[in-house]
Amino acid sequence: MKKFLSGNEAFAEGIRLARPEVISAYPITPQTIVVERLSEMVEDGSLKAEYVHVESEHSALSCAIGASAAGARAFTATSSQGLLYMAECLYYASGGRFPIVMMNADRSTALPWNIYGDQRDSLSQLDSGWIQAYAENAQEALDLALMSYKIAEDKRVSTPFMANLDGFVLTHTYETADIPEREQADRFLPPYETDNRMDFDNPKNMAFSAGPDYNYIFKYKEHEGILAARQVINETEKEFAEIFGRSYTGLVENYLTDDAEYIIVTLGSIAGLCRETADKLRSQGVKAGVLRIRYMRPFPNQEIAETLKNAKAYAVLEKDISFGNEGTVFTNVNSALKKADVNVKGYNYIGGLGGRNISSADIEKIFSDMENGAETVNFIGIGGENNG
Amino acid sequence: MRPYIREKKDFAFDEVPVDTSFEAGYLVSVNSGWRSIRPVIANEKCVGCEQCYLYCPDGVISINKGKAEIDYDFCKGCGICAKICKLGAIGMEAERK
Repeated sequence: MKKFLSGNEAFAEGIRLARPEVISAYPITPQTIVVERLSEMVEDGSLKAEYVHVESEHSALSCAIGASAAGARAFTATSSQGLLYMAECLYYASGGRFPIVMMNADRSTALPWNIYGDQRDSLSQLDSGWIQAYAENAQEALDLALMSYKIAEDKRVSTPFMANLDGFVLTHTYETADIPEREQADRFLPPYETDNRMDFDNPKNMAFSAGPDYNYIFKYKEHEGILAARQVINETEKEFAEIFGRSYTGLVENYLTDDAEYIIVTLGSIAGLCRETADKLRSQGVKAGVLRIRYMRPFPNQEIAETLKNAKAYAVLEKDISFGNEGTVFTNVNSALKKADVNVKGYNYIGGLGGRNISSADIEKIFSDMENGAETVNFIGIGGENNG
Repeated sequence: MRPYIREKKDFAFDEVPVDTSFEAGYLVSVNSGWRSIRPVIANEKCVGCEQCYLYCPDGVISINKGKAEIDYDFCKGCGICAKICKLGAIGMEAERK
């Protein structure tokens, strides 16, 4: 059924179809609407879940961890300062291998206080052991909500899943999205089954400490689990396409990259404008392409190297800065190329911080800079800065 | 069944669980060395009400044939059981080395 929905509402529809048994969340702009809609669904009985009103984000994720430890499918959602407040618990969830799903509305972090979108909140948590996906539009957000549990709960993966939606630009923009049928969703996503749970008949000691001898082995296995998601994401998307008729392209989505000389690498909702700009430039004879990163963890090392290896230059456009260095996505992309012995000139464009608009003209300039040369690290609308 | 002391072993890579969960009550060493006083149960006063069992922070008390029983391998001598017993059936005595 097609409906006119915001990104938040689309995600809530996807979560309703995924049948979480426990939802614990604390409202924060621009995530608020997803938890409002879910609470309405619980109220009207269309979603049979325990909705727990908690006093903070730290408690929200702690509660989800407890629910998951009891064997329940758990959901939470947050944004920005809320994500940072639950940072301690992110590591408990991933270390305990609890396949919780969280929606994060990507938003700037204080100070100066700002409620608008950038990706500094989630990208600062890349090392927390969570799968990180970045949606571009409402339909992808809805579909990610459904797929996220299937990926996270797969026994090979057993890793929590963070689905990121750009604050306002995606969370609050209305688009048409197709809501799958209940029967289809149930066929796609069976109830959560796990041995990693509280059980009176088979009592377990959970979330324990492990000293120097064994701690390292747990961390290795955690790494193995999130790496296994590479394969599981592909399998899940294949099954999704069979049931729902919509396909996705794994860890990255390439647009006109096959013969592209200049490629923008980006993530999230800005990718749409990048593709439109690439179309315009193509009509003027510029071989422009766009690589959209869909998953930052597990990171698409091989896919990125494969796409960029024949380009003349690439530019990573991101709403993030690792102060004192460069954009974190740029760092990750460069590492992928280095490991694959791909030597292509790369540029970093940082923009959109605190919700500042990135225009089509800005993106055209990135493409022309790739042709004509620029500083390595550039701040859109401010200027280039030599990277040390 | 009470947990019992197992022989300490080295776990191979494949034996380490994927998640941080493992069989509960898997104990490999006695842990009561710092106890300076110990609870002693007067069986004739104990009615098996299970209050001490419920309050013991270390879970070392069990009820056997209607009477409380203490696992001295893990009792830390905190005295909460003696405090909670309404019948005065638990007294604290100095540890004799």
